[in-house]
Amino acid sequence: MDEGDIQAMVRGADRLAIIGGGTRGPVCGGDVLSMAGLTGITLYEPAAMTLVARAGTTLAEIDAVLAAEGQRLAFEPPDLRAVLGRVGQSTIGGVIAANASGPRRLQMGAARDALLGVRFIDGHGDVIVNGGRVMKNVTGYDLTKLMAGSFGRLGIMTEVSLKVMPIPETSATLICTVIDPLPAMAAVLATPYEVSGLAWYRDQMFVRVEGFAPSVAVRLDKLTGILGQFGAVEPVTVDPWPMIRDVTALAAYPVLARIGIKPSLFKELQAILPMASEVLIDWGGGLIWVAGDDPHIIATCRQFCTLHGGHCTAPKGGAPMFQPQSYDTLTAKLRAQFDPRGIFNQGL
Amino acid sequence: MDMPPLNAQIIAQKPLLVARLRAAVGRVIDDAHEVRAYECDALSAYACAPLAVVLPTTTAEVSAILQICHQMNVPVVPRGAGTSLSGGALPTGDCVVLGLARMNGILETDYDNRFVHVQAGRTNLSVTGALDGFFYAPDPSSQLACAIGGNIAMNSGGAHCLKYGVTTNNLLGVTIVLMDGTVHQIGGPWMDAGGIDLLAVICGSEGQLGIVTEAYLRILPKPLGALPVLVGFETSAQAGECVADIIKAGLLPVAIEFMDRPCIRATEAFAKAGYPDCEALLIIEVEGSADEITDQMARIKAIAMRHAPVEFRAAADADQAARIWLGRKSAFGAMGQINDYMCLDGVIPVSSLSFVLDRIGDMSREFGLDVGNVFHAGDGNLHPLILYDANRPGDLETCEAFGAAILRLCVQVGGCLTGEHGVGIEKRDLMSVQFTDADMQAQMRVKDVFDPKWLLNPAKVFPLSISAGRRHG
Repeated sequence: MDEGDIQAMVRGADRLAIIGGGTRGPVCGGDVLSMAGLTGITLYEPAAMTLVARAGTTLAEIDAVLAAEGQRLAFEPPDLRAVLGRVGQSTIGGVIAANASGPRRLQMGAARDALLGVRFIDGHGDVIVNGGRVMKNVTGYDLTKLMAGSFGRLGIMTEVSLKVMPIPETSATLICTVIDPLPAMAAVLATPYEVSGLAWYRDQMFVRVEGFAPSVAVRLDKLTGILGQFGAVEPVTVDPWPMIRDVTALAAYPVLARIGIKPSLFKELQAILPMASEVLIDWGGGLIWVAGDDPHIIATCRQFCTLHGGHCTAPKGGAPMFQPQSYDTLTAKLRAQFDPRGIFNQGL
Repeated sequence: MDMPPLNAQIIAQKPLLVARLRAAVGRVIDDAHEVRAYECDALSAYACAPLAVVLPTTTAEVSAILQICHQMNVPVVPRGAGTSLSGGALPTGDCVVLGLARMNGILETDYDNRFVHVQAGRTNLSVTGALDGFFYAPDPSSQLACAIGGNIAMNSGGAHCLKYGVTTNNLLGVTIVLMDGTVHQIGGPWMDAGGIDLLAVICGSEGQLGIVTEAYLRILPKPLGALPVLVGFETSAQAGECVADIIKAGLLPVAIEFMDRPCIRATEAFAKAGYPDCEALLIIEVEGSADEITDQMARIKAIAMRHAPVEFRAAADADQAARIWLGRKSAFGAMGQINDYMCLDGVIPVSSLSFVLDRIGDMSREFGLDVGNVFHAGDGNLHPLILYDANRPGDLETCEAFGAAILRLCVQVGGCLTGEHGVGIEKRDLMSVQFTDADMQAQMRVKDVFDPKWLLNPAKVFPLSISAGRRHG
């Protein structure tokens, strides 16, 4: 498969459901366009921290190639297969289309922040190039970041260019038992110790620092002192970050809400959640996850976001995936410009 | 510079326009002499006085002004502090300049949630100045004067963006007024805006999609300390390899700055910073506690020594640090002492560094103009300074041709025309070097959504021939 094949499909199609590995995106109607055949890393320059890959390249392949040079995607894309009950292999195009980002976001940014450039095919059937493979680029409008998180609603990404980062020499995590997470969180994030993960689940707070060993040791020591004011502190024995990143702790529940709000509003949100809801806070990722059996969780969280600011996505639980926004008219016009026949991922 | 013909109908309606603007907003300047204060920005080679200037103080006033101009089909040029190096705030003779200078308040500071909410006319450095223990990271070199609204329009970077990113990576939300006067709140004090990421395309749209009046900015705790090291090399290739090895080793300095011999000599004559006379010089700054800085310095030294430096000078205290930065910070001023200069802003993959520097040297001889290179080496953002004599006929044109040749070279090796200054008026006609017609059509379709009449910041970013149908449509 190449770009020409996709252009031909776009020109002949009524409805297309664009699928990367099918591991995280919502399922849309129409003819399935699988990107799994458009693979390959086309450029990798470790010293320039740059990797360019075709959209269907698996995340596993990219991770392996980067790891061989001591590098990685710093934005830690979550693996949502367990939570969503999916199988298959996540692709880099899908990761970018979902702006799939993990707990390191606060320190290293999201997928969108690592995205340097894209090639995509719009609804006119044209190949569009935007951005590039350099670290700084303000030439023309930034359609690159616009494509990140667009879930295939503006076009079909065929190639992405990414900033990659070195794997730090050392990573360490502290656990602190705290019932009320907000004061401890604010205290930790007010320090210059460059926390690269901060989460809370079932009265335990997880704090990660990464870097060169001497630096990590110094920062762990300082953070232990600060956290000690809020609860008992201990180092971890099992790496908790895959559980936090992939939300596996909440996988068993049928309803899941992914919420972005001002962090300090958490207590007010918690107070109105249905009984027996469970919460995982991934502050480093800027997220609160709420799960449970009650489908009203989604509506409750969305009302809260409308009232206080923020937004709630529903990866599972039956509600529409995205929360309506006050500027949806602009988004609709944008889709109509990029995809005038309305063929891409309709229903999203 | 080609500009679209003035719209005589708008000029004829000036009295009515001014009367309507006066009814809507406190400060309107329409005196032909007074408006000349707004005829150009920091790219002063181009100047054109606007019809009128308005200085609103609230989002509601901005909305009222835009509604009036929209109804009367009057182009509007947004202006932050007028520090654009690409002519981003250059007026047309039939436009209204909307200046944000009076909207400079801090609306909310929230350390627990690590954001500051500001009006868009607030200057960059005064955001950090209003904070205690925290800072706003993007630091364009004009940060003393430039406005946050302009930073957002141009997606400004700075010397420290290697570690902290540019404006788009530090922007959480905006209040934006569209040309028809509608006001949208996009994003807010949380990690990302809902829906398709409109914030992403607003940032860096050079004031052509709407006027940002307020912004939520991420703030970070100040680092414990920072110190630079100066490393000199006999060849730029050695300096380039040293940069690559530092990055590959997993060190993430906050800044890696590069200067070549012409720049070093000019700054030495001007600022006497005590730089070694060598072909290439790096200034590498690291952050952290004293122990962390010592540790990182040792790692950098071990790497630098593999590339046979002629000088390795680590700052031990704030005084020594200031001396190391002195030359770099006065580089533009020093070059200005020698001659008029044009400052470019191309970006290249760092792997092409020594090839590109060699080619720029060759071109300097071909065009007969001297060039000094000072740039952000960690991210490949070059700032070649081409020296010319504005009083010598033909010199400016030769300089412009030389500049265009360098930018073409940047694109040819896989880079781009501009890393942080923006396209503006200056690089508008080079856009087709980097983009196909289809690429530009896709970008212009975004403008069709936000500003269907194409009235905001006219004649910038896209070549006039490409945008003609839309501008007259």
